[in-house]
Amino acid sequence: MIATNQHIEEELIPILEKVSDPEIPVLSIMDMGVVRSAIIVNGIVEVSITPTYSGCPAMDVIGDDIAKALKEHGYESKVKLILVPAWTTDWITERGRKALREYGIAPPLTPDADKDALLGDKRIVKCTNCGSTNTKLVSQFGSTACKALFKCEDCLEPFDYFKCLK
Amino acid sequence: MKTNLYNYILELADNCLIAGQRLGELCGHGPSLETDIACTNISLDLFGQTRSYFQYAADIKGGDASEDSIAFLRYERQYKNVLLVEQPNRDFAYTIARQYLFDVFHLLLLEKLQFSQDMILSAIAKKSIKEASYHVRFTGDWIKRLGDGTEESHAKMQEAIDGLWTYTNELFEVTEEAKILAEEGIAVNVSTLKDLYYEKVSALLTEATLTVPENKYFQKGGKSGIHTEHMGYLLADMQYMQRAYPNMKW
Repeated sequence: MIATNQHIEEELIPILEKVSDPEIPVLSIMDMGVVRSAIIVNGIVEVSITPTYSGCPAMDVIGDDIAKALKEHGYESKVKLILVPAWTTDWITERGRKALREYGIAPPLTPDADKDALLGDKRIVKCTNCGSTNTKLVSQFGSTACKALFKCEDCLEPFDYFKCLK
Repeated sequence: MKTNLYNYILELADNCLIAGQRLGELCGHGPSLETDIACTNISLDLFGQTRSYFQYAADIKGGDASEDSIAFLRYERQYKNVLLVEQPNRDFAYTIARQYLFDVFHLLLLEKLQFSQDMILSAIAKKSIKEASYHVRFTGDWIKRLGDGTEESHAKMQEAIDGLWTYTNELFEVTEEAKILAEEGIAVNVSTLKDLYYEKVSALLTEATLTVPENKYFQKGGKSGIHTEHMGYLLADMQYMQRAYPNMKW
């Protein structure tokens, strides 16, 4: 789903698509939905990015990587961090969700998917290894702020689940 | 300078900073890998929120002020956090109880702060709500698990709740600047959150088979900079790098 107010100039898209989240290298920042706008003002590219989580340590690196990528294509840039509208997992594109799955991270489903798994109410998070939904929440907090830790009860593999943020 | 607003931002931010610092102490020391990671993840969220507040405060203050100088170069009396969040990690029950008692308040506060007339505070609140709702879910689940667990875990959780209860009332104390700013629609009048807070906390404690304490006496002072003896040690740990190597950068 494309979020509102997103404005990115055509010629900048291929450059920004090459920049990835340092903690999830398969996912470009465009597919992640963190780039809110990129416009050229008086020859300088003004890029606005929004954090997934307030304390996400990747944001500084992402900002530097954007500036570097643009510079390689001859653009000077200014990167700005904005908080409104707040990022939600709906902003991850279909292509992004596919990349996550292939990388071994289950893409976000519903806000209560992890709680339901804990309480055994509904099991909808699919194991990224064998596809089974017989999975269990091990911890609401995983290797990074945006992920929860799951375990598959069929193939016994542990995997990350990208928490749903709405 | 907008002094009231500056002080109010510190009041909001210092709670997040000190709560985050306490949780961060568990990095590598949590009772299990999962809880260790969870506590430090919550800590990270709180530090992220703190940074947003301090960047705003630094803009208001101007001059040499920066998020780092506000975080690391103030003296104990200048920190406005409530006494609750500075209480030490005596054991895991204390850590969870302290964080839970803060998280319930924090979420109620943010739900109101998102409608602040101040666009930046509103934006920070909107962002933080999503994180705070995860925090209270995690700590609330652990209160239930330990309270309704074994005889030993129940006793330890009850002791933690009893020990920390005296610090809860301060959360709802309205400072002078908050009072003025609340009238302008900028700050949240925290006294209005009190009934709902105790209702929510009591319901969860009861569900966790714990006894809701009936204190008549409550501690306060943090919001005006009068802290418990634990605060000095916490700050010594948190500030020593900037004090020993002024202006050093990570």
